[in-house]
Amino acid sequence: MESRRQPSSLVAPRRQPHCKLGLAQVSPRLGDVAANVEMHLAYIEQARAAGVDLLIFPELSLTGYYVKDLVPDVAWRCDDPSWEPLLAASHDLPLLVGFVEESERQQFYIAAAYLEGGRIRHVHRKVYPATYGIFDDGRFFGAGDRMRAFDSRCGRAAVLICEDLWHPAAAVIASYDGAEVLIGISSSPGRGTSESSPDLDSALAYERIGAFYSQFLTCYVVHCNRVGYEDGISFFGGSSVFGPDGQRLAHGPYYEECLVTAELSPVPLRRQRSRLPLLRDERLDLTYRELTRIYRSHYDLP
Amino acid sequence: MTTSTDEAAPSTFTVPPALAVRADQGMRLNVELTTRLLHGFIREEIAKVGYERVVVALSGGIDSALTAYLAVAALGPDRVRAIMLPYRTSNPASLGDAHRVVEALGIDYRIFEITPMVEAYTDWEEEMTPKRRGNVMARARMIAVYDQSEAFEALVVGTSNKTELLLGYGTLWGDMASALNPIGDLYKTQVRQLAAALGVPQAILDKPPSADLWEGQSDESELGFTYEQVDQLLYLLIDERYSAGELIAEGLGPAFVQRVHALVQGSQFKRQLPLIAKVSQRTIDRDFLYLRDWGR
Repeated sequence: MESRRQPSSLVAPRRQPHCKLGLAQVSPRLGDVAANVEMHLAYIEQARAAGVDLLIFPELSLTGYYVKDLVPDVAWRCDDPSWEPLLAASHDLPLLVGFVEESERQQFYIAAAYLEGGRIRHVHRKVYPATYGIFDDGRFFGAGDRMRAFDSRCGRAAVLICEDLWHPAAAVIASYDGAEVLIGISSSPGRGTSESSPDLDSALAYERIGAFYSQFLTCYVVHCNRVGYEDGISFFGGSSVFGPDGQRLAHGPYYEECLVTAELSPVPLRRQRSRLPLLRDERLDLTYRELTRIYRSHYDLP
Repeated sequence: MTTSTDEAAPSTFTVPPALAVRADQGMRLNVELTTRLLHGFIREEIAKVGYERVVVALSGGIDSALTAYLAVAALGPDRVRAIMLPYRTSNPASLGDAHRVVEALGIDYRIFEITPMVEAYTDWEEEMTPKRRGNVMARARMIAVYDQSEAFEALVVGTSNKTELLLGYGTLWGDMASALNPIGDLYKTQVRQLAAALGVPQAILDKPPSADLWEGQSDESELGFTYEQVDQLLYLLIDERYSAGELIAEGLGPAFVQRVHALVQGSQFKRQLPLIAKVSQRTIDRDFLYLRDWGR
């Protein structure tokens, strides 16, 4: 699962073919992993028919979100034989799926696995388990301790799980690690409506995140959010894809299951990065030195 | 609407204009998004447990009318049954208003007069205060609506709004009892906005709110403030997380703030299941943590 060493973002993006991305805006059954595997396979069929090159599922798509005391019952290790049908499907359609990961030391994480060519190629563990208000991740899950980009069918990518998206540091690290596509996956509850806005407050936050990161990190930003209800809490969908100039390329409906698709291409990415060389002018050395100074000061290190 | 009580003049309950505007704007709903959310809630949360239908107790008031409108939009008229449960002292206009709702929605309904059921008990008691009688009535209605839900193979949809749930202005295991409640996170002010937008009959929108447990009862005269006023205060306290002290410093009447705060605090028990004494290593609702939608 360890990602290989990769060139830094200061290297020009490699040539990638055009890529059709699929976002499965689904409604998992809470705690019924077998039913959710079937649901994944049905969406995989639909995505194949639609010519999708990489299919993305939302946070905890195999388990449902508020798993609470179900955590040990629904967790999979990365070598769990239950992966088999999804690994088989990944031979011709790479997948990103959300699951509860059990580590070799019996620790549990909200995680996402990238499957390609019949293997798990990358796993991201949620770095910021949300633990406030309606969120209780931290009570049931450990926090991931790495933020890594990896090579995907649609270019160099990094996964950010829900609350990870709300911390710009995670997106900036992914960008330094060469991410051309930031893939956010969520089980984001719908909350807050106002007469003056066509969007839920929670949806609006993800729109801002997508527009801002994509424009200023000059990368694609994808957000795949689930739908459905768990004990009266709604998940709003509204999955989206933003291009490297900050423009929204695709937007799923609110509150409806569906497959959202968008075309990703290295051409607009290259054009935007040529026009606006923010990444070229990034100061990795300065960031590193100043963060090191702040880190040492924060922990009273010499 | 009645606002005065013996203890305090109406002005005591006025929210300063800047805060009132903030609260009113904050409470204004996007009707389209809210109804989509609530329709999906009703549809999915009943289907998950294997049901297709709901039953709603119609009082003739705005809360149960809105609930019926939402249920019909979510499920269709054939899957919603209304039951009207008048008592001998109920305002006859209430039953008339409930009829307007079932006629407008084209839904099946039944009428059961709870008087003999209530009085079989209240006549046995020598002394019965209006409050106790009102609670018995609310619980008699609960028995009827839950039994109808069994007969109709339906779930009971609740009709308590956020204002009355927060103030504890309802009868525990009576009108507060339901399987699911689509309007429990909407203040009365928001119920009014949504009901008007969804076409609830004007007569129901216009009349003063009443639990109709005794003749001439009015929610607002009993509570001592208007829903408009208390919703502004509750919105600031609960949704915007102002402290009582901050609101008093901003010019709200201390008696008003303290009274409402005390009502919310004092009724916390009504919004929770009964306390279970912890004895074992794992206790229901304490460290036995599964959603109701477990496996669904």
